[in-house]
Amino acid sequence: MSTEPAAQAVVAATAPTGPGGRAGDEGASIWRVAARRLRRNPGAILGAVIVLAFVLVALLAPVIAPYGPQELPGRAEIRPTFIPGPSPEHLLGLDRYGGDLFSKLVWGARASLVIGVLSTMLGLLGGALVGLLAGAFGGWVDTATMRLVDLMLSVPSLLLAVSIAAVIGQSPTAVVIAIGVVQVPIFARLLRGTMLAQRGQDYVLAARSLGLSRRTVTMSHVLPNSLGPVIVQATLMLATAVIEAAALSFLGLGGGSPTTAEWGRMLTAAQNELEVAPRLAMWPGALIAITALGFTLFGEALREALDPKTRKR
Amino acid sequence: MSPEVAATTTGSGGPDPRDGATPLLSIRDLEVTFTTQQGSATAVRGASFDVMPGETVAIVGESGSGKSTTAAAVIGLLAENGRVTGGRILFDGTDLTERGGAGIARMRGRDIGMVPQDPMSNLNPVMRVGAQIVEALEDNGVARGEEARRRTVELLEEAGLPDAQRRAAQYPHEFSGGMRQRALIAMGLSCRPRLLIADEPTSALDVTVQRTILDRLEALTAERGTAVLLITHDLGLAAERAHRIVVMYRGEVVETGPAAHLLRDPQHEYTKRLLAAAPSLASRRIEIAKHGGGARVAADDLLAVTADAPADATRAAADAVVEVEDVTKVFRIRGRGLLGRGTDFTAVDRVSFTIPRGTTTAVVGESGSGKSTVARMILALEEPTSGTIRFDGEPVGGKDRAAEVRFRRRVQPVFQDPYSSLDPLYTIYRTIEEPLRAHGYGSASRRRERVLELMDDVALSPSLLRRYPAELSGGQRQRVAIARALALDPELVVCDEAVSALDVIVQSQILHLLADLQHRKGLSYLFISHDLAVVRQIADRVCVMERGRIVEEGTVDDVFDHPQEAYTRALLDAIPGRSLDLGLRAG
Amino acid sequence: MVRLILQRLALLVPTLLGLSVLLFLWVRALPGGPATALLGERATPEAVERINSLYGFDKPLLEQYLTWIGQLLQGNFGTSTRTQVPVLEEFLDRFPATIELTLLALVFAVGIGIPLGYVAARHQGKALDHTTVVASLLGVTVPVFFLAFLLKFLFAVQLGWFPSAGRQSPSMVATHPTGFYVLDGLLTGEWDAAWDALLHLVLPAIALGSIPLAIIARITRASVIEVQSADYVRTARAKGLRPPRLRRRVVIRNAMLPVATTIGLQVGLLLSGAVLTETVFAFNGIGSFLAAAVFNLDYAVLQGFILFIAVVYALVNLAVDVSYGLIDPRMRVR
Repeated sequence: MSTEPAAQAVVAATAPTGPGGRAGDEGASIWRVAARRLRRNPGAILGAVIVLAFVLVALLAPVIAPYGPQELPGRAEIRPTFIPGPSPEHLLGLDRYGGDLFSKLVWGARASLVIGVLSTMLGLLGGALVGLLAGAFGGWVDTATMRLVDLMLSVPSLLLAVSIAAVIGQSPTAVVIAIGVVQVPIFARLLRGTMLAQRGQDYVLAARSLGLSRRTVTMSHVLPNSLGPVIVQATLMLATAVIEAAALSFLGLGGGSPTTAEWGRMLTAAQNELEVAPRLAMWPGALIAITALGFTLFGEALREALDPKTRKR
Repeated sequence: MSPEVAATTTGSGGPDPRDGATPLLSIRDLEVTFTTQQGSATAVRGASFDVMPGETVAIVGESGSGKSTTAAAVIGLLAENGRVTGGRILFDGTDLTERGGAGIARMRGRDIGMVPQDPMSNLNPVMRVGAQIVEALEDNGVARGEEARRRTVELLEEAGLPDAQRRAAQYPHEFSGGMRQRALIAMGLSCRPRLLIADEPTSALDVTVQRTILDRLEALTAERGTAVLLITHDLGLAAERAHRIVVMYRGEVVETGPAAHLLRDPQHEYTKRLLAAAPSLASRRIEIAKHGGGARVAADDLLAVTADAPADATRAAADAVVEVEDVTKVFRIRGRGLLGRGTDFTAVDRVSFTIPRGTTTAVVGESGSGKSTVARMILALEEPTSGTIRFDGEPVGGKDRAAEVRFRRRVQPVFQDPYSSLDPLYTIYRTIEEPLRAHGYGSASRRRERVLELMDDVALSPSLLRRYPAELSGGQRQRVAIARALALDPELVVCDEAVSALDVIVQSQILHLLADLQHRKGLSYLFISHDLAVVRQIADRVCVMERGRIVEEGTVDDVFDHPQEAYTRALLDAIPGRSLDLGLRAG
Repeated sequence: MVRLILQRLALLVPTLLGLSVLLFLWVRALPGGPATALLGERATPEAVERINSLYGFDKPLLEQYLTWIGQLLQGNFGTSTRTQVPVLEEFLDRFPATIELTLLALVFAVGIGIPLGYVAARHQGKALDHTTVVASLLGVTVPVFFLAFLLKFLFAVQLGWFPSAGRQSPSMVATHPTGFYVLDGLLTGEWDAAWDALLHLVLPAIALGSIPLAIIARITRASVIEVQSADYVRTARAKGLRPPRLRRRVVIRNAMLPVATTIGLQVGLLLSGAVLTETVFAFNGIGSFLAAAVFNLDYAVLQGFILFIAVVYALVNLAVDVSYGLIDPRMRVR
């Protein structure tokens, strides 16, 4: 008595009548099914709302923020033992240097988005290149590349990022490159693994039997089917990137002055003010956590929605 | 028809264990409902039947018929989202549905035992096999400590496990599938239950092992007077092993009756279809027709087009579409670790055979016999280590890219698993159109016409064209795979276990479709299968493979009627239903 | 079993060799070359030239590499440009502190993570389960050093329950034969010192253990849920196993297999987390030292520490694999 197919069979029999009651012959592709399942998942919706809000704030920063990222409008009001709190002019109060906290947080969202997206794109492209290279050449190249990947993964990722940033120097670019490079082996291994798994599938054998060239089979069957896990990983990586960027800033690898409108940097600067103005730490810290949570929630929900094991339900 | 009526029309002949006794298990109007996200679904509705003490009753049905659900309800192991929503399950007079979870739990093992389907996944992987039986004996208060260990070895011995003392101290991964199933039988019977539920107890095993396991199960339960509720999809097997048969279809019991009676005189339309479709029975009918005289082979049973007129041997050899000559395939298994040395595994060992044009040649064998590797080499998806394979006189795969494309157009595969043989991202239309597009077949509108034509050939509704594979049933998917294979008008179609994953009736439909297409288009088939009963129906010639070698080869009639090799005989004996008298001689 | 260990140890050699090559090239890839790395901000062209000839940086790369490896094997990891003390010495001074901290963090993560994940799985779909899932997601997304701030602010600064920095109160006088302060207190019978050291560890350990805790809880939950629906669990129920034995011998034993691997993987996370946590709590371990080295671009320290951490990481994972073999008989053969 292994699994009981009865319940599934009954449900499956009703499925083709059209998802969501749509009429007609239109089929439900994996992506459409996933979208439908995401819409039913409260976690996914929460994640999507967070991500959307974050991206909107980052894009519209110049419109939303009352002050520029480097402006210090309240400079005159700062005392060593007193930093003015929320007021009508400064929604969340001022920071140690007289900057408007709200504005800096808004600009910080933009900085985080740029760092997250750029580094993840770097990791994704690099990983794709390495993974495809290993997969395409196979044999010796494959073994050597994968050994290198294993090697990079044998160092804890934050330390790897730290050492890379340390070589490049202290700057936002260094942070982007460091976080991106750390992701390369992760994406490379993932892509190679899923593509290898796809290669053994019967539909790939069937495609080869149709006389399609290796390239066509890869481009039109193997790669599209390997995309799901990669997209999921990229979403989760955005969360990691935001957190790691903050950590690198904390270690002083982000460059820039202490007044830079960047969450990690702000959080680091705020640790000296905990007793005077704890909100200076609370706000950027909470925003980092919430943003990362949004990407993680959405990524996990997407993984679930694309999982063939649960897809049939 | 009401089950009670069916049950009382007990046939004559043979001692009937039902006489004068009260039923051990009595199921009345059972209804089981599963709750899913989409709402609730009734998996079993209004099922009623009895099991007498010591009697073997088989529930026969396809997947989704509710047969396993019924059994799970009896032993109180329905999936989390399943509930008994109506009816009664009377075990020895008490209603199990009223006893509640804890009540049934106390009866498990002691009163009702179970032998599960898949021996690979049903033993606790981190515990010694013996200890897993000891714990059952202890928790059911049968024996403890040293006594339990001694009893365990005895039980394993009785279940036919050689060297039981030593084996008891081993872990499941050190056992073969057959050995694990013996351990599971010992486990199921360890506390002497009065009812044993055996859910497809052998369908995950190789055919030759199946028979010995079933024999052992039958002997043990007969000896102890244990009643057996046997769940199976194979009507032939049910008829051979059970006193009475319960046929289920879509959650309902459609027919109940003594096994022999039900085979001879099926009442319900579904039973008749099942009877006609079951390959084991079809194969038996062919056999009876050939040797018993009188009866004629029904056209439905024998699907091979040329079987009645065996081709002239020399002509056949001259007109071979494929010639396999002395082919060997060695796989290198990578060693573990840095210095671990790889070992060689010879999957196919000096195999030679030919496929005559326009006929079906079957390669049969158990898992690991190398039959699928042969198929892949003929498809030029895998290269032989040595030897040659020629298609129409030319080496398979072609010398250059152009030759390969020509070859690919003429040789097409149909794989076993209809779930994985279609790209999940492609619509049905795109799937069938892909070969046409790849080989530059006409304009878009010409291709569309051709796709519709192919859909018609495989009897699929055009309304499915924009659907995705996940939305189709297994049978529909296999039809799509066949349509794709036929798109380029190939000459040879390689069917690798093409019907093995399908339910009996769908399987029969696909077999008929294949035979019909062969007839209309003059196709040649290479038919890879583990199921001799199916091969009996569809093939003209057959090669029997064992551990990489072809041990016997010939026309289907020769091989089935006069098997030369012990291995072939063992395979043939393993087809369920070989001892059945189907009442055909009279008719 | 022994063969497995030996094989894994043998595999460690090429990994470390590869890593050493990368680290070697890494310092050479610095703008200004390794001399700049050694000199730090005092690098004038003359000083660079002097260092280059002194340390043989003008020799062929291969020769330099071999020399460097030779020195490494003799325990010479170079000298910290910041403190002018040999790297190895600095390292050995601080390692006990970090071991103490990561061990306590691991105990915290495992001790709470596994039961939490198990209980959540047993109540799958209920409020408790949902809370655990959300909390574990949050646990992963809150930056370690932010959590450290929060804990420090709340429990040390505001409530004053725990000390806010260091390994030991300044007023405490204690002897330290091993360098493990808690252990030292226990060995010498200086109970107050042991208690004081333990109090200093609590907040950093909680901060450091939060991410591993969240991960372990999630993996345990997922694993238990999967095992609960496994065929062999159903068969064990069918043969009449009583619930306590079913849970203990079937469910928990099988569910712990992936958890064991996960715990091993957490060591990397703990070591990198220590860099952040120790800094916040001014806890004098290798983490805060590494952070200071990063800040001052003290390459000799970075080079040595990263290599050392990779070794520790690899050894811990080997230990996990071995213990995995003890729970899972399938790994024992071969």
